[in-house]
Amino acid sequence: MNRLVSPLFNSLAALGHAVLSAAAHAGQLVLFTGQLLWRLFPAWTRPKLIVQEIYAIGVLSLVIIVISGGFVGLVLGLQGYNILSKFNATESLGVMVALSLVRELGPVVTALLFAGRAGSAVTAEIALMKTTEQLSAMEMMAVDPLRRVIAPRFWGAVIAMPLLAALFSLVGIAGGYFIGVLVLGVDSASYWGQIQQQMQPIDDVMNGAIKSLVFGVVVGLVAVFEGFNAEPTSLGISRATTRTVVLSSLLVLGLDFILTAWMFGA
Amino acid sequence: MKSYIQFEQMSFSRGRNLIFDRIDMAIPRGKISAIMGPSGTGKTTLLRLIGGQIKPQSGRVLVDGLDMARASSKELLAMRRRLGMLFQNGALFTDLTAADNVAFPLREHTRLPPSMIARMVALKLQAVGLLAAADQMPAALSGGMARRVALARALALDPELMLYDEPFTGQDPINVGVLLRLIASLNQALGLTSVLVSHDVAEVFAIADCVFVINEGRVVASGSPDELRAQMPQVPFLRQFLEGAPDDNQSAAGQQSAVNLAAALGLSPAVAPSKARGML
Repeated sequence: MNRLVSPLFNSLAALGHAVLSAAAHAGQLVLFTGQLLWRLFPAWTRPKLIVQEIYAIGVLSLVIIVISGGFVGLVLGLQGYNILSKFNATESLGVMVALSLVRELGPVVTALLFAGRAGSAVTAEIALMKTTEQLSAMEMMAVDPLRRVIAPRFWGAVIAMPLLAALFSLVGIAGGYFIGVLVLGVDSASYWGQIQQQMQPIDDVMNGAIKSLVFGVVVGLVAVFEGFNAEPTSLGISRATTRTVVLSSLLVLGLDFILTAWMFGA
Repeated sequence: MKSYIQFEQMSFSRGRNLIFDRIDMAIPRGKISAIMGPSGTGKTTLLRLIGGQIKPQSGRVLVDGLDMARASSKELLAMRRRLGMLFQNGALFTDLTAADNVAFPLREHTRLPPSMIARMVALKLQAVGLLAAADQMPAALSGGMARRVALARALALDPELMLYDEPFTGQDPINVGVLLRLIASLNQALGLTSVLVSHDVAEVFAIADCVFVINEGRVVASGSPDELRAQMPQVPFLRQFLEGAPDDNQSAAGQQSAVNLAAALGLSPAVAPSKARGML
């Protein structure tokens, strides 16, 4: 009897422990968000710090975003051409590529890449500063680390993300143009004309921008939170970095569904 | 003697672990006070309590009359501007040069022009004998140099109170000598109150005016180095700690395990040391 009951209790205890620790983590995130909110606007008294972070988080992510955007555009152009040619509708290639990118792939793929490239770097940097007592030293120098270190990095992510997503979509559309018009022979005027005609500034462009802004907030918040709350050991830094990528990717995909249902749902 | 820092019936625990049990301690103004004790007694925790980074569960920690646990964040920030802390590993900002590290508190808290800040940084680095290393990154500095840069940074805002966390640990004898001279001369020249936590008996006794020995959450002895030496016969732990004698139980257990090891290697205890040397 004991042999059967004991593993059952153990797995129940493990489940309870996991639920409790997830609840504690969520509670810490809420508390941290509250503390950060207080410092968000005062952080603008030092705009130079925010510009530095936009550079570190945004400009240094340009290469991966531009290259990925280009390849995604090329693939979309190729796949779109294959499908549309079956219906003799290849002139709609431009709008198909543009809508896919602006509404969905631009914000989502950029956010996923952004979490991997910039989010993980921000988490690792803050966690290492914590491990080497740099944040503690700052606190003892009467400098608030949340305002001096965390808030500028959060702003950097929030500002950089929509810009990177816009660039991703632009490069993707250019990639679609290259493969569709220059390689496969779709009419150039149709490619651009259909985009102009059918893309709505509010429904498509604005909603895409809102998505990318929300994703920027999510990835930025998760990255700074995980860094700030990392266990100050090498294993703690590695776990925090992994959690940033996993958690922000899942949140981006989940939120994308919710936002899409709200924006474009029937 | 008027005290600058006062612990009143202060208790602090981490989880179920009681680190300090209703301790009373008065750290005098303008002197070098040392808090000593074996590793793991919470000496660094004591510095964090003084800095208000953590709060005691009961009792009070008063720094120049301010209750650090109940102070508003504004009062806490104002107090922290008046203190400097040298962290055990230096805690230098790794992406800033030595000079920028020293300039950091000045840039954060003053509106001085860059030329003035540069001059002040040079003075502070000169005081710790590292002006030549101003443009070096922390990674390029040796451990001792990094600690001295951190000391210059801690002194940047001309604090009234200096906290030193294990300043001599892991330093070569020359660096220890340099640090000892620096701590003593800075304290005298700038009229500071210095608190250093350490377990390096010889070094601490060379410069401290007042020493508190902590063990198992309580202050077991306090006084000047001479007074502590005089107390040694009455307080067994003090004797053991100051003379570096191993714990009797640990010592017996250590000898027994050495005998067991010798037996396992087929050596008789009498010949074990010489044979063992040969094996090495």
